[in-house]
Amino acid sequence: MKKLIQLQINDKQYEVAVEPNQTLVDMLRYQLGLSGTKKGCDLGDCGACTVIMNGKSVNSCLVLAIQANGATITTIEGLETEKGYHPVQKAFVEKGAIQCGFCSPGMILSAKCLLDENPAPTEAEIRSGIAGNLCRCTGYQKIVEAIKSVGEHTVDGPPANP
Amino acid sequence: MAGFDVINTGAPRIDAPDKSSGRALYIDDMSMPGMLYGAMLQSPYAHAKIIGIDTSAAKKLPGVKAVVTSAESGSVKFGVSPARYDETIFCDDKVRQIGDNIAAVAATDLETAMKAVSLIKVEYEELPAVFTIEEAMAEDALLIHDAFPRNIGAEVHQEFGNVEEAFKECDLIKTSSLTNKRQDCAFIEPPGCIAHFDSSGTLNLFSSTQVPHYVQRTVAMVLKLPVGKVRVIKPYVGGGFGAKASANHMELAACLLSMKTGKPVKMIFNREQIFLHGRSRHQFFHTMTTGVKKDGTIMALKHECYLNGGAYSSFGIATIYYAGSLLGGPYKLPNMKYDAYRIYTNLPTCGAQRGHGGVIARACWEQQLDMIAEELGMDPIEIRLKNMMVTGDVTCNDLNMSSLGMKECIEAVRDTSEWKKKKGKLPKGKGIGMACGFFVSGAGFPIYRSDTYHGTVIIKLTEDGGTALVYTASAEIGQGSDTAFAMIAAEALGIPLECVRLASGDTDFGVDLGAYSSRQTLMTGQATKEAGEDAKRQVLEVLSQELNVPVQDMDIKKGVIVFKNEKPDFSAIRTRYIKEHRGWTDNPGVDDPLTFREASRIAFLARGSIVGTGKYKPPELGGKFKGAAVGTSPAYGCSALVLELSVDEETGKITIDKVADAHDCGRAINRVSVEAQMQGAIFMGLGEALYEEVKFDNKGRVRNADLAEYKMPTARDMPRIDAIIVESNEPNGPFGAKEVGEGAIMPCIPAVLNALYDAIGVRMNELPLTPERVYQAIQEAKKCLARCSQD
Repeated sequence: MKKLIQLQINDKQYEVAVEPNQTLVDMLRYQLGLSGTKKGCDLGDCGACTVIMNGKSVNSCLVLAIQANGATITTIEGLETEKGYHPVQKAFVEKGAIQCGFCSPGMILSAKCLLDENPAPTEAEIRSGIAGNLCRCTGYQKIVEAIKSVGEHTVDGPPANP
Repeated sequence: MAGFDVINTGAPRIDAPDKSSGRALYIDDMSMPGMLYGAMLQSPYAHAKIIGIDTSAAKKLPGVKAVVTSAESGSVKFGVSPARYDETIFCDDKVRQIGDNIAAVAATDLETAMKAVSLIKVEYEELPAVFTIEEAMAEDALLIHDAFPRNIGAEVHQEFGNVEEAFKECDLIKTSSLTNKRQDCAFIEPPGCIAHFDSSGTLNLFSSTQVPHYVQRTVAMVLKLPVGKVRVIKPYVGGGFGAKASANHMELAACLLSMKTGKPVKMIFNREQIFLHGRSRHQFFHTMTTGVKKDGTIMALKHECYLNGGAYSSFGIATIYYAGSLLGGPYKLPNMKYDAYRIYTNLPTCGAQRGHGGVIARACWEQQLDMIAEELGMDPIEIRLKNMMVTGDVTCNDLNMSSLGMKECIEAVRDTSEWKKKKGKLPKGKGIGMACGFFVSGAGFPIYRSDTYHGTVIIKLTEDGGTALVYTASAEIGQGSDTAFAMIAAEALGIPLECVRLASGDTDFGVDLGAYSSRQTLMTGQATKEAGEDAKRQVLEVLSQELNVPVQDMDIKKGVIVFKNEKPDFSAIRTRYIKEHRGWTDNPGVDDPLTFREASRIAFLARGSIVGTGKYKPPELGGKFKGAAVGTSPAYGCSALVLELSVDEETGKITIDKVADAHDCGRAINRVSVEAQMQGAIFMGLGEALYEEVKFDNKGRVRNADLAEYKMPTARDMPRIDAIIVESNEPNGPFGAKEVGEGAIMPCIPAVLNALYDAIGVRMNELPLTPERVYQAIQEAKKCLARCSQD
């Protein structure tokens, strides 16, 4: 039996009929067409499906859609504004932090979440902040450099490659 | 250095904006009207006879549109190397591994398809299964493939020079061994496909693949269609690393289901299916004996290797040859003997993974060189500098080092790491180690015997003259090839990167063998460069007629026509152009130089579409012996790496502190992408050195078929990597470029092994170096030390 839920995604109100066993990632991707949220493992291991739910980054494959009833959610599609890409997105493009790109939406949202909570993270804090997001291409270094460049000046020096 | 306008910079990747915003479409992001969903029935047994298959209940389930087994698919054999085509879409006689494919279903939704799969009844007669090399080669072992006694799927026996004679002249002969565990490519994107057999009788296959060309040929051969009726299109791909470098059963099953139903059929592997499909790094057992002179001169290498290959051949024939041939360099080695056996077992099939075949061999030998250096009282860097090859050297197995910045790489990491200050001087528990490596820039030959071009490229100038459209069938899988080819096209044409638009990964665009063996930068790059130069020549020819200036006295640079001598009067051209663009606000001004846009518009008016074509096929390469095709390449990249680590001797846990890596990639096309490839390769090497291991139970089931228990490094596990680009000018590469993607992994694992020894004085011969293994090795060493002191 489907159940009706209401939630806000990327500043837009949605009313969606969902199966009780349906995950948030499947609802976003297959029902709402928000395919920027990627599905890499469906087990909560890889972090590709990361979205921001009520201010916290979550693996949307581990959240049931009905658990998101009443929630406020940001997906990768919600980061861009009329002014263009979010600074984290810009930094990922400019610093070469993207290769295959499959982990990028989740990685960018984890980074945004980290910077929202801690605008001047150290490199160690950045590495911890994205430790739940696996990337098989980059070795993380250019990702860390990109996030660092967005963060305010940190205790271990100014952002790399100004 | 020749001045470049586009290449050799760190231009942002052309695909990065779409990938950062979620707009980039991967296979699972795509759907088509009326699309069905497919699911596969796979074997729960490692080895069993199929007695009967009953699909009647599955077919009756509402929503099911087709159920196919070998009865429908036929049994055309396929694989990677035509000499070992040993797979069929669906098993017809027996299953040889868990996950072997038996049937597939297409239904209106995935849930129904999976339900239908569960309704297919298969009667099996379980057979004894073999999982290890010893079990598989035992005299009484059941054969997995009837034609291969003792389950030896492939064997290689090569000798270059005379190893035994050379050993007689040696002052020191050293033997050691190394084994690894199976690895998984573990790309984050699960492979998938959508097959659509359309109303014109064309089979369109959208697939997450590294090799559209080989998939096209395999699909055509197995499903008995003309190649022209099969179109393979690669959307964005979320990583490959080797396991997506051949056609798979899912693609073929989806095609068959679409042909049966006339509807598009989508199928995606789940994570467990990825592990069962395998096709990643083999398990290797290397034993090497090296003879040297007192002064460190390497004289001879005797090398024996066993590969646990799994149920089918896949890339195995290439893998077994690479495991030997890639030791021919980068050191001068006059005598080399290689004997190897690839063994079929009832485990998932192994294939190619980054550094194909050569990674564990390299690790074994580079560790042994350090052992030899120690016994001779030489510094590890000294012994390598003494033996390394230089540009122009040819290995004993006929690999031609047409450019080789080995010395520059070694010196760069030595100086960056402050090797001399640290080697042998770090406190106990901390160590520093180094190693080198080299790798092909593409295989000299296609996987099937053919005189085919390895890459063709078309560049069409738009009729307004402002944009160059590049069409290549090459595969962007994350490595940055689209950006590299757009940069090469822009450089060759003499126009800014913004004026190039590129489409790739579609077999309708031409032939390209795809993304494997680090081939695209050199091979597709050469074809792209030739196409760009061809288009440029055509524009300049028309201009030559219009202006009465010889072609050779003109060039195009940064989007502007450059006249080498006196500037002619081109006002007639400009007037014509502006007249045609009345109302446009960006027409060139009176005093502006003549632009590419004007010139190529004039060329279009004179000749119609200006289409430049390029093609590439390697020149005649060395080696006439059996197996010479594996290892020969138009060019070789090389690298050196110094790594520092700490070992917690109470737990055996290794922490990597620092890495300095230098790679000779020829001319770097995109400097940021080169660094990114180096960092990514080292990440994969460290994962393999320290954590990554596919584990099996005693039934042949994968125990850790997920990304939590199959442990790759996270951001917290990775050290900072100093990526140093060493440039040489490769004569066979486009603008002097050669490989970086795979070769960069080569020195990583042995540098860890050597640094570990420096830290705690323990030599390991089994990977990965998990805390448990390191702890046990430390305890063994302590016991050994205690025994020695008692004596």
